[in-house]
Amino acid sequence: MTELLPVIEAPRHRPPELRIDAALATDWLVAFLQDELIERRGVRNAVLGLSGGVDSAVVAFLAARALGPEHVHAIRMPYRTSSPDSLADAQAVIDALGCASHTIEISAAVDGYLQFEPDADARRRGNVMARTRMLVLFDQSSKLSALPVGTGNKTERLMGYFTWHADDSPPVNPIGDLFKTQVWQLARYLSVPVQIVDKAPSADLEANQTDEGDLGITYLEADRILTLMLSGRSDEAIAARGFAPADVALVRRRVEGTHWKRHLPTTAMLSNTAINEFYLRPVDY
Amino acid sequence: MKVAVVQTKPHKGDVEANLATLGAVFAQLAAAEKPYDAIVAPEAALTGYFLEGAVYERAFEAETLAARLAGLWQAATGSERKPVDVALGFYENEGGTYYNSALYLHVESDRHEILHVHRKMFLPTYGVFDEGRFLSRGRRLQTFETRFGRMAMLICEDAWHAIMPTIAAIKGARVLIVPSASPGRGFEDGGELESVVHWRSVLRSYAVEHGLFVIYAGLAGFEGGKGMTGSSAVIDPFGETLVVAPVLGAHVISVELDFSDIDVARARLPLLGDLGAVLPDLLFDMELMPHMNRPSVSP
Repeated sequence: MTELLPVIEAPRHRPPELRIDAALATDWLVAFLQDELIERRGVRNAVLGLSGGVDSAVVAFLAARALGPEHVHAIRMPYRTSSPDSLADAQAVIDALGCASHTIEISAAVDGYLQFEPDADARRRGNVMARTRMLVLFDQSSKLSALPVGTGNKTERLMGYFTWHADDSPPVNPIGDLFKTQVWQLARYLSVPVQIVDKAPSADLEANQTDEGDLGITYLEADRILTLMLSGRSDEAIAARGFAPADVALVRRRVEGTHWKRHLPTTAMLSNTAINEFYLRPVDY
Repeated sequence: MKVAVVQTKPHKGDVEANLATLGAVFAQLAAAEKPYDAIVAPEAALTGYFLEGAVYERAFEAETLAARLAGLWQAATGSERKPVDVALGFYENEGGTYYNSALYLHVESDRHEILHVHRKMFLPTYGVFDEGRFLSRGRRLQTFETRFGRMAMLICEDAWHAIMPTIAAIKGARVLIVPSASPGRGFEDGGELESVVHWRSVLRSYAVEHGLFVIYAGLAGFEGGKGMTGSSAVIDPFGETLVVAPVLGAHVISVELDFSDIDVARARLPLLGDLGAVLPDLLFDMELMPHMNRPSVSP
């Protein structure tokens, strides 16, 4: 009788692991910040909005490595309805790093405008808060001779889950090409206080708000779908890898509906020297 | 041949400052007890890689650049007047046509001579790359004679097509010089960037398959968020990496090449000789030239 040969099967499609080598990425991002701030711009100090969440905590840790904690100005900008836990978690980052810190209440500024707009819904109010924070951050950067450093991650950028010309405004951002799940990996490697890494992410613009509640999908699921989507897989091919078609559709809709948020304003072109259309110069030229 | 690879980290577009920095490196190398025979620098070594439309403002005529480089070396050596060869990547303006080029220059005390200019043939124009929008592509892959033997230069993507080093080797190259500017990507795992691992893998395979030295000069520094992965390296004809620079930052790596390694490696693994014998049949089977008759069988 002929003996059957053992058959070694290739593994089926596995979901993207989203794994990063955190040590390698950290060295890279620290060098990026040093090049962008010190070498290219001759700026020694960074200023960033420290929300108490994991994204800004990771950026604070990276900036402290790149520039020294005494050159990192962490700005806490609470509104009167902000969670006290956010303020406390931000303080844990400041204590861990020994960086410079400032707490600037934005309630009076926000309410100064919103008192004339009593019907503004939660979305409008949240956008006003985000834009007020960016106003403060840029003014503080001028006061402190510092460069604002951005804290938006790739997931929220792709899902359009941010306020245009607010969270995305700082001229440099070390974590904008890292998915949320990768930011968490980096946070653990950098020893960001564990309560910040483990808590449910929240924009903290409304009471009991969570990102995953707003988005309607978990970050892990969204990041896996986004990875496949950005590598060119069709929705059918993604669903065939075990993802719920409704989740795939949700992610697709959010990405496709927010391309404009990842660009500068649309400018009517009339000449053959239109800026960024014909007249093309790199940002560091 | 004693070689220094200068992994430059230029200030974007600031040619004079970058030439001054290179001049300081030349002075450092000229002071070495045992003289350097050759200095190799990366793609776009004096301007940075991503220039977009500014490439037309920062391109050199080859002879103008050669004279500047020769002057830098002559100033560096002072009265000692040591000769040196310089290979360097630059954006070239040839009468209003622009190329991504590399020149190979021989410098004596009172004169210099361009031995070769290679114009990049494969212009990456996908994803983050946009060379084809601004530059014309080179049309020829030539090898050239130096006082150390025959060499070829391949610029960045030129060297990602295995046929390029193969043709260079068939045409007699014993040293492959690869000026490059590679934006790093792929941080998944393993302590190294995916793009760096890929580079090392392809370069090593060429060194072994054709029994030649590979001198890889990688640009360093961040350009608008894109970090160039230096990793300059010299690989011998057995596939061994003799010296390698870090991914980040400006560095010089230094090595002495023993050209008898090439003969030993090719005797041990005579793939290049085998290819020379079989290549006419392969070319015929590609049916590139319908009028061609099948070549007679090699003895």
